[in-house]
Amino acid sequence: MSAIEVVNVSRRYQLGSVAVPALRDVSLRIAANAFTVLSGPSGSGKSTLLNLLGGLDHPDSGHVIVAGQRLDTLDDNRLSDFRARHIGFVFQHFNLLPVLTARENVEYPLLLAGVAASERRRRSTELLDAVGLADRAANLPGQLSGGQRQRVAIARALALRPALVLADEPTANLDSHTGAAIIALMRDMQRQYQTCFVFSSHDAQLLAAADHAVLLRDGQLQAPAAVQEAA
Amino acid sequence: MNTLQLAARNLIRNRRRTLTTLLAMIVGVVAVLIFGGYDRNIRLGLETDFVRGSGHLQIQHRDYFLFGSGNPAAYGIRDYAQLMQKLQADPQLVPLLQVVTPVLDLGGIAGNFAAGVSRTVYGRGVDVAGQNQLKQWNAYRMVGLPQRSVALTGTAPNAAVVGTGVARVLQLCAALNVAGCPQPLPVHPQGSAMPADLAALPVVAPAANVGRVQIELLAARASGAPNVASLQVVKAEQQGVKALDDISVQLHLAQAQQLVYGQDTPQVSAIVLQLRHSSDMPAARARLVQLLQGGSQPLVVQDFATLNPQYGQITGMFAAILGFVAVLIGAIVLFTVGNTMSMAVVERTVEIGTLRALGLRQAGIRRLFVSEGLLLGAGGALLGSLLALGVAWLINHSGLTWLPPGNSERIPLLVRVAGEYGMLLATATGLIVLSVLSAWWPARRAARLDIVEALRHA
Repeated sequence: MSAIEVVNVSRRYQLGSVAVPALRDVSLRIAANAFTVLSGPSGSGKSTLLNLLGGLDHPDSGHVIVAGQRLDTLDDNRLSDFRARHIGFVFQHFNLLPVLTARENVEYPLLLAGVAASERRRRSTELLDAVGLADRAANLPGQLSGGQRQRVAIARALALRPALVLADEPTANLDSHTGAAIIALMRDMQRQYQTCFVFSSHDAQLLAAADHAVLLRDGQLQAPAAVQEAA
Repeated sequence: MNTLQLAARNLIRNRRRTLTTLLAMIVGVVAVLIFGGYDRNIRLGLETDFVRGSGHLQIQHRDYFLFGSGNPAAYGIRDYAQLMQKLQADPQLVPLLQVVTPVLDLGGIAGNFAAGVSRTVYGRGVDVAGQNQLKQWNAYRMVGLPQRSVALTGTAPNAAVVGTGVARVLQLCAALNVAGCPQPLPVHPQGSAMPADLAALPVVAPAANVGRVQIELLAARASGAPNVASLQVVKAEQQGVKALDDISVQLHLAQAQQLVYGQDTPQVSAIVLQLRHSSDMPAARARLVQLLQGGSQPLVVQDFATLNPQYGQITGMFAAILGFVAVLIGAIVLFTVGNTMSMAVVERTVEIGTLRALGLRQAGIRRLFVSEGLLLGAGGALLGSLLALGVAWLINHSGLTWLPPGNSERIPLLVRVAGEYGMLLATATGLIVLSVLSAWWPARRAARLDIVEALRHA
């Protein structure tokens, strides 16, 4: 069963008078409840594909289906609501809201989804405990290390138990030791929460930990990597 | 964590900028409220002054206001005593009325024949008790207004009070102890000689006038025939406006009626009505119109603003200045808050992209930034109002005085901010609305940011 289906998707960016193709007629399926890496050199289209999967960007042609929903049929409000309920994001720069504590950051997606305060509290406690930050719940992001911030971001991404978690270079801003710990945590959380994790990364450690790898070059899909074949 | 809480934290996060913006708003609010309080004090002070002088409403002959100054006696109200009784007995008017008193205006020539001088004057015959009651009105609790009785109080029936300009021209300054009153250079009259009967007037009873300040007032009777009254001047009073000061003569009503109507039935120029509260004017006026309808005389009701056009001119001028100040400060607030919010949008572009990625709708982003504008406005309004109350208290207790136009005595310089809930509410609401409007455009821009571009923002 696939969580994501990408059908003939192309995306170009306009740089001045030049249209630069970022993705060219890409079609793929990504399995549910799997740990999938989008890999490839810089400029290969990883981030563009990730943005399209997350409903943050729109393809010039083709369409994307996430959890059975064609994203191009949704208007901006419904797409926002869809992201809030079905997609979690982990960013390279963590992107925690600086004025909210770790707990409040985790609770924020729950707030957007209209979850009651007591349930928000229960779930944020559970998730912060799961990422090993129960004792830092009241800390602001500025009072946390890079690894701790990314743990909070992972907890936030999982708060609504989404069908899909997208992570753009989640270990790029971390040292290798912390990166490895974060990969292990994500893998652990993916199994625990039975969620589809999709990453863009150059990180060999991540590639090694993935169930599937999708290789991109010049905006086009390459042959699946060995990891995917093994899966 | 609701939107307002998040907005508050975002404002606190950038304390220096928030404080700078708040400071600009506070200064603006203080300026508007202090000037507004000053304007309010002037407005109420003028109203009090005019209501004490001419009442809230006057019943007059229909044409008196426009044509009466040429021949006041021709536009008199007959049977005025009965009319006053009727008004004072009306169950609808009684709870509204405070004073009902008649006045009679007359034009004439006042002469100090001992000095061989005379001048045209405008006289007003008044009921002293009624005038003293009028002077008690202070519905707005104005501080520092003169509370003394009219100068005619307790004087002889032929007593008169003249303007200092009249005293100066009639060369009565020394006798009336008028300060700063120069003696004129001698002039050689070039006109024809005074009629023999008038020239003989000072000779009529010189022995009786020793030690008194006496003038003769010549006026036309209602029938057109001249009449003369010998008046004892008890005081010269500064009238505030030179044009009035140079012609004013105040005398007892009975004396004025004797002069104008002689043995005929006396009339008055107007019935002055003072109400307990100015806000009752429309109701009182409507009832008066009802009562006067179908009467034998063509009478109308005039209000104090119509009778004293300078009231509208002065308050209009202050309102225009206040409006200009408010618009100027409003523009400053608009640009200050707009600039602050625009900078916030630029600085928090990545955060906006993150919120949108997490599922916050465009309307949610708009709401967040507009809430920040709202909080800035509310904070500025609250702190500005508190500071304005403090500044107003300091001004009101500083002992400063000023001379309002048309007044002859300095009065305390006061600003009415405390208790002026309407002004405080209007200023606060205006500031909050402006802040929200200022934040609206940056908020709209923030909401329409492309999510991917926002997340990439360095």
